[in-house]
Amino acid sequence: MQTRLTINGTGHSLDIAPATLLVELLRDDLGLTGTHIGCDTSQCGACNVLVDGAALKACTVLAVQLDGKAITTVEGLATGGSDADTLHPMQAAFREHHGLQCGFCTPGMVIAGIEMVRRHGHDLDRATIAHDLEGNLCRCTGYVNIIKAIQAGAKAMQHSGEPANA
Amino acid sequence: MRDFAYARPASLAEAASAFGDGGEAAFIAGGHTLLPAIKSRLRMPDTLVDLSGVPGLSGVTRDGDMLWIGAMTTHATVATNALVASAIPGLAGMANLIGDPQVRNRGTLGGVVANNDPAADYPAALMALDAVVETDRGSHRADAYFQGMFSTALDDGEIVSRVGFRVPLASAYAKFRNPASRYAVVGVFVARFADAVRVGVTGAGPGVFRWAEAEAALTADFSVSAAAKVVLSPDDLNTDIHAGAEYRAALAVVMLKQAVSQAS
Repeated sequence: MQTRLTINGTGHSLDIAPATLLVELLRDDLGLTGTHIGCDTSQCGACNVLVDGAALKACTVLAVQLDGKAITTVEGLATGGSDADTLHPMQAAFREHHGLQCGFCTPGMVIAGIEMVRRHGHDLDRATIAHDLEGNLCRCTGYVNIIKAIQAGAKAMQHSGEPANA
Repeated sequence: MRDFAYARPASLAEAASAFGDGGEAAFIAGGHTLLPAIKSRLRMPDTLVDLSGVPGLSGVTRDGDMLWIGAMTTHATVATNALVASAIPGLAGMANLIGDPQVRNRGTLGGVVANNDPAADYPAALMALDAVVETDRGSHRADAYFQGMFSTALDDGEIVSRVGFRVPLASAYAKFRNPASRYAVVGVFVARFADAVRVGVTGAGPGVFRWAEAEAALTADFSVSAAAKVVLSPDDLNTDIHAGAEYRAALAVVMLKQAVSQAS
């Protein structure tokens, strides 16, 4: 099925088998392995990506359903030309606040944090972040630092002029 | 996943025709029930007919005492839409309790209503808010629409286009949710109208139902103390790994009290 997708800013026209999940297209066909498969049952959020700015679980959407949409994966967040060595403020905050232990859930957590800013603005309290992380699981149980990182990242997005609807 | 054909119709007529030509066909809206069902081989469709390209199936409008919500409207939209918040804040609050933020960005009202999972949240709201389910072929009152576990008044290939909710004086939804699936172990939606109170219960039984004793007690006296005196018989309720029937019956009263408190 011919499908047009913009992935991390690059337009693609792809012939995709209808049963291909978005996460399979990203990882297996395009080599974008930053989007992880944790549970494969829409619980854990390791496969979160942004589609037209809204976070969704790439394990529970068919790639062909997103014809015409713009997808941002964790690989598309950093900037700085071909090296892409300038981290997105939310990524930088995860590093600064040690918002990860094994790192498996991190791409989904970063995407979830960015979308919280879209929903609630830059000034996030701990209760809001904890509630809005209900669709993301960290099996290292590193939630304390994840919440700190998202809180700081949301503020940093304001200072860096990052649009709330990234 | 096992492969299937896929159609992207641009009108309801095209959708109906793609469904008719599709062998074992299924409509897909947000896909948050259907895709897990296909992955686990509970469903093995030959053709998926995607309704996302059909115009006119999303959005919220108010017409007199009815609030109409398009079938493809996401839970996230219902949770945050200003018209919903002003007309039926209890419905917005309910939508905000479905799944998690990513699920709410994708799941739709029409998908839930067509699927009729016995632990889904929306069916309780449709029952309590005396809703009308409009389709490409006609319309159904909620009371006659929900026909037990995963069963509805929809004919094969009938497409839900929008749902009309009667605007109440006050309403609220209280839910005791399974911490993993976030589906309702018991969910109670209470709606107070000028002439009567309606109560929809989900999760507790094999399908959504109205709770006649609670409606009578709250119509006479809309208060938490009146709700506390209502009893639900465990006879027809579910027993499963999550909760026994007697526990669900007790939980229903607790949820009823919470909902009445929020709606007072």
